Parts: sequence; C-alpha cells; structure tokens
Amino acid sequence: MIAISEITKLAVRSLFRNKTRSVLTMLGIIIGVSAVILLVSIGQGLQNYITEQFESLGSNIVVVLPGRVGGGSGEGFNPAAAPNFTGSKLTLSYVDKLARLGSPIVAVGAGIELPSGISYLGKSKYTTVGGLTAEYQKMRNLTTSQGRMITDADNRVGRNVVNLGQTLVDKLFNGGNPLGKEVTIGSQKFQVVGILSKVGGGGFGVDINDFAVIPLSAAQKIYGQKTVQVIGVQASDKESILQVKNMVKKELGKSLKEDDFSVVDQGSLVETINQILGVVTLALGGIAAISLIVGGVGIMNIMLVSVTERTREIGLRKAVGAKPQDILIQFLIEAVILSLGGGMIGVIIGGVGAWGINHFITTSVTWWSVILAFGVSAVIGIVFGVAPARRAAKLNPIEALKYE
Amino acid sequence: MSSIISLSKVAKSYALGEKIVVEALNGVDLEIKKGEFVAIIGPSGSGKSTMMHLIGILDKPSSGRVLLDGKDISKLSEEELAVLRNKYIGFVFQSFNLLPKTSAIENVELPLIYSKIAGPERKRRAIEVLKEVGLGDRLEHKPSQLSGGQQQRVAIARALVTSPSLILADEPTGNLDSKSAVEIMSLLKDINKKGNTVVLVTHEHDIAKAAKRIVELKDGKVISDRKN
Repeated sequence: MIAISEITKLAVRSLFRNKTRSVLTMLGIIIGVSAVILLVSIGQGLQNYITEQFESLGSNIVVVLPGRVGGGSGEGFNPAAAPNFTGSKLTLSYVDKLARLGSPIVAVGAGIELPSGISYLGKSKYTTVGGLTAEYQKMRNLTTSQGRMITDADNRVGRNVVNLGQTLVDKLFNGGNPLGKEVTIGSQKFQVVGILSKVGGGGFGVDINDFAVIPLSAAQKIYGQKTVQVIGVQASDKESILQVKNMVKKELGKSLKEDDFSVVDQGSLVETINQILGVVTLALGGIAAISLIVGGVGIMNIMLVSVTERTREIGLRKAVGAKPQDILIQFLIEAVILSLGGGMIGVIIGGVGAWGINHFITTSVTWWSVILAFGVSAVIGIVFGVAPARRAAKLNPIEALKYE
Repeated sequence: MSSIISLSKVAKSYALGEKIVVEALNGVDLEIKKGEFVAIIGPSGSGKSTMMHLIGILDKPSSGRVLLDGKDISKLSEEELAVLRNKYIGFVFQSFNLLPKTSAIENVELPLIYSKIAGPERKRRAIEVLKEVGLGDRLEHKPSQLSGGQQQRVAIARALVTSPSLILADEPTGNLDSKSAVEIMSLLKDINKKGNTVVLVTHEHDIAKAAKRIVELKDGKVISDRKN
C-alpha cells in the first residue's frame, strides 16, 4: 500500500474536483454537529444559569414556596409541579412564627417579585421590582455599593424607599447621582436610598443589575397583596439544613395544608431543576443527533454514487498499479474528510451560534458536546464510508474500464 | 533477445449463465520479445480483448501459463499483480481514460504515485515525458481543454512515465479522427524506435500496418503470426 499521506492527497484532490458536491455532502454533518453543540449549549447554559442564580441566593437557605413543588431527595420527580405564586397562602405572620423557632434558624425573610415600570423625569424602564424584608435582602446578598440597604424600620413604617440596580441607574439617571432622587414605581414615588452592588452574569430571568428592591410592605401596598411569594429561612450551617427543613415543615403544617407550601433547600431545588433541564438537554441533543445520522447516510449515499460515477477512474487506477487497499483507503479517507470537515465546520458554526445567542439567552458550550459531536462525525465517516469504499476496492479492473 | 511476456497453451473461458461457457481463447502460444512492435488483430469476438487483458495481467488464464518477465502470473495475488502492472505495463486505452478536471501533469503522474515515487520527482518525470510526446506547452491543461489527439498523447505519456517493459495500446486510434490517428500511430512508432516494446490491439488492418509483427486471432486461436 502506498503511504497514507499520498492517499490523503489523492482523496483531497478528488474532493476538490467536486467542490459543490463535497460541500453539499458535508452540509448534513455540518447541520447535525452545529445543532448538537448549539442545543446542548443552550441546555447547559440554562443549567449553569439556574445553578448560579441559586448560589447567589446565599448559603444555607431553605426556601418556602407556595403550592406543591416537585423536589428531589426522595420525594420523587414531578415536572408538572411549579410554585403557585398567585394562590399563595404564605404571609408575614409565618415569618414571625418561624423566626421565633430559634436555633439553628438564624434568620427568616420574605419577598415578592413582580414586573413593573419604573420612571424618573420622563425616562422609564420596565424591570423587576422585589419587595423584600431586610432579612431577605441580606440573605440574597443584595448589598448596596452606595447608600444604604432597606431596613426593618422601612418595612415597619412602610416607607417608600428603593435600592436600584446599576442598569436602572444608568438608564434612568444617565450617570448622574440617583441618591435622594425620587423615582415612580406603579403610581407611587420612591426615594432612592442605595445602589445595588454590580454583579456579573445575566440572561433571562432576574438580572440583579436590572432589579429594584423596595420594602415588602410597600410592595404589598402597590400590588394589593397580603401574601408573600417566598419565605427564606437561613440555617446556621450546612449540616443543620435538613433539621431546619423539618422544623419549617412542622411549624407551617400546623396551620397550612400539605399542598399549600413546599419546603425546599437550595440543593434539592437546583437538583430538581437540573434534572428537568438535563432531560431537556439530552432530548435536544438526541434530536440533533438524529440529523447527524441523516448526514452520515447522506455521505454514504454520495460516496456510493461517487463510486459508480468513478468506476472507470477506479479501473484505471487499478490498471496503473493501485492495489485494492489503495482504493479502499482512498474512498474511506474521502468519506472521513467529508464527515470530519463537516464536523469541524459544524463545531465552528455551533460555537459561533452559541456565542451569538448568548446575547439573548445564556449558553455554555460544553467540551463533551464538542468531542462527542466531533467523534460521532468521524465514526460516521468511517462507518458510512466502509460500504462504498469496499465496493470500489472490489471492482474488477476489466469491468471497470469497460463501464460506460 | 529476452522475452517480456510469453503465453503457452493459454485458454480462457467465461461462464455466461449456468450452462453456457464461452471459450474466448483456446490454446494460444505467443511470445513477445523486448523491442518488438506487435499488432494483435482480429474481428470482434476473436478473443483479442481477452488477449489484451492477459498480456496486461488484468486477468489470469483458465489454463496454460502466462509468464511476465519469467514470473508465472497465475500464482500471484491481486496485490502482486498490481505491483507488476505498475512496473511492467503501460496502458493506452481507446477512450483515453484520463482523470477529468485534472491537469496533464497530474494525469501522467498517476502511475508514479502507485510506484511510491516522491512528489517532486514525479512532477519532473511527468514533465519530461509530456515534452517527449510533444505536449511541453500543455502541461497544465485539463483533458476538456485538449483535442482527442492531445488527450491520447497525455495517455501515452502516462503509459511511458514508469519506463515499463511493455506499452499495451488497446485500439488507441478508435476514438480519433484520421489525421490524429496517423499522428498517434507515428508517435507509437517513434516510441518503439527508441527501444520500447509496443503491443497494439486493433481490429483495423490499416492501423496494424504500423507494427513490425502482426498476430491474427480468430475464434480464440492464433491463425497467423507474421513479420510485417
């Protein structure tokens, strides 16, 4: 057999002789690989985003959500269950009750989060306003870089004060100093008393830079609600989370039905959501992988056509001294180049695509999806290239030279 | 003079279907020596194509012996035959069989790739042979940019480039106009004069006249073998 490098050159040359066809053949693999990478990156981005969000919630926090929320840790997996915010039966009185339980509970806070317009001197922005107790703001690490945070006193008195995220400050004040100014939320005036510390990340959901914090009592007044959407209970340390969970369940169970609330800790919440997203990511990747197979079949199809079309060429090569393996390897390499080339272009397109849509939703290109997609495309080249290559290698040179 | 290829009592039969067996060659003896210019002539069905395949060691006989440079080809594997074809035989076909969209140089280089000759040396030799056949100014032309006669010259250059023991031309003028045919035949004559052995397979007596020796086949047998 002649050197692989020579055969590779032959293969490359014959692929270049049919540029259009080569590119069209690669298209199937390109689409398949880029789809796998893109879709997996979206799924993974979502998982990373949510994990980050929960980590930014603060540590050792047990969250009480209204309604029945499917959870991990032995409670089974129920993807249909979501927090029932509108029918919430959680109120501030439970916050007090839970706070009174004492050690290992170190803090209890509550909040509601609602979308709202916020405006200042004619400029306005649609954003998310969180009505939080002082404890909850601390728990969620929503500290201020300038000015002061919302206090218990603000909540007690129902003072109209607000902490603004950096994006809101930029948008409404054009870089001017917002402290002490009055912005309008809903129909009420709120005095800006602090600017929230800038954080990285972003994406869909709540971007802390595009977020306003007001006292819970003020938020309840605006929206006419007496309930809260979430109660956060902070445990003294990681080891006591389970104990706190049980304490919370027992306490709330005294006056609420089992279906009215769910107690989840950060870990199990992340686990549940990641479980759902993991399935979604796999499903997306799986659907995309089907197009990879289709691409492989496309390669086999074209290579078979190519063998038939190049029958005389194969006969000639054999007549001038090509051995069956020389022909076999050449056609195999052609198929592998098509699939690997398609894989490479697919990786680039998938990567660029993921980077592109990262401006709208968070994506994260995972190394395993790249390696998997690339590896699968190589395997596809070999698997789907073998049949046509064997056919070419087996051609009888006499018959092949006679072929019209 | 030593013989390049010798056929002794060679028979070749093909099975067509279950019961029908076609005897394409039936007890043929033929010896071709170095430097000869032999025409193998006969009507269609005479067995000359089969003869060409055997001389070109593209096929093995059903019985009898074919010796190429003293080696019995019936004992060789397909791989070994490929090596021998590459080394000993230069093919020229009726329909040229050039690779499309491929320059004259690259077409001529092809057999050298399979003789494992390095790229620069291949190119040097291809250019040399193309000049020899009068295509020094058509090196980068693709087959579609060449006339039939020029394409056949490229094919002849491809046959010559390995310096084979035998040039085997199968109806080399079959697809050419008469003027080009005359040119190709005189080129083959020149090649023979330079010491190359040429075997010409044809059904046209006019074309066969160029050869020094004419072997006539009919119904799978040699019916005459004469000097021209």
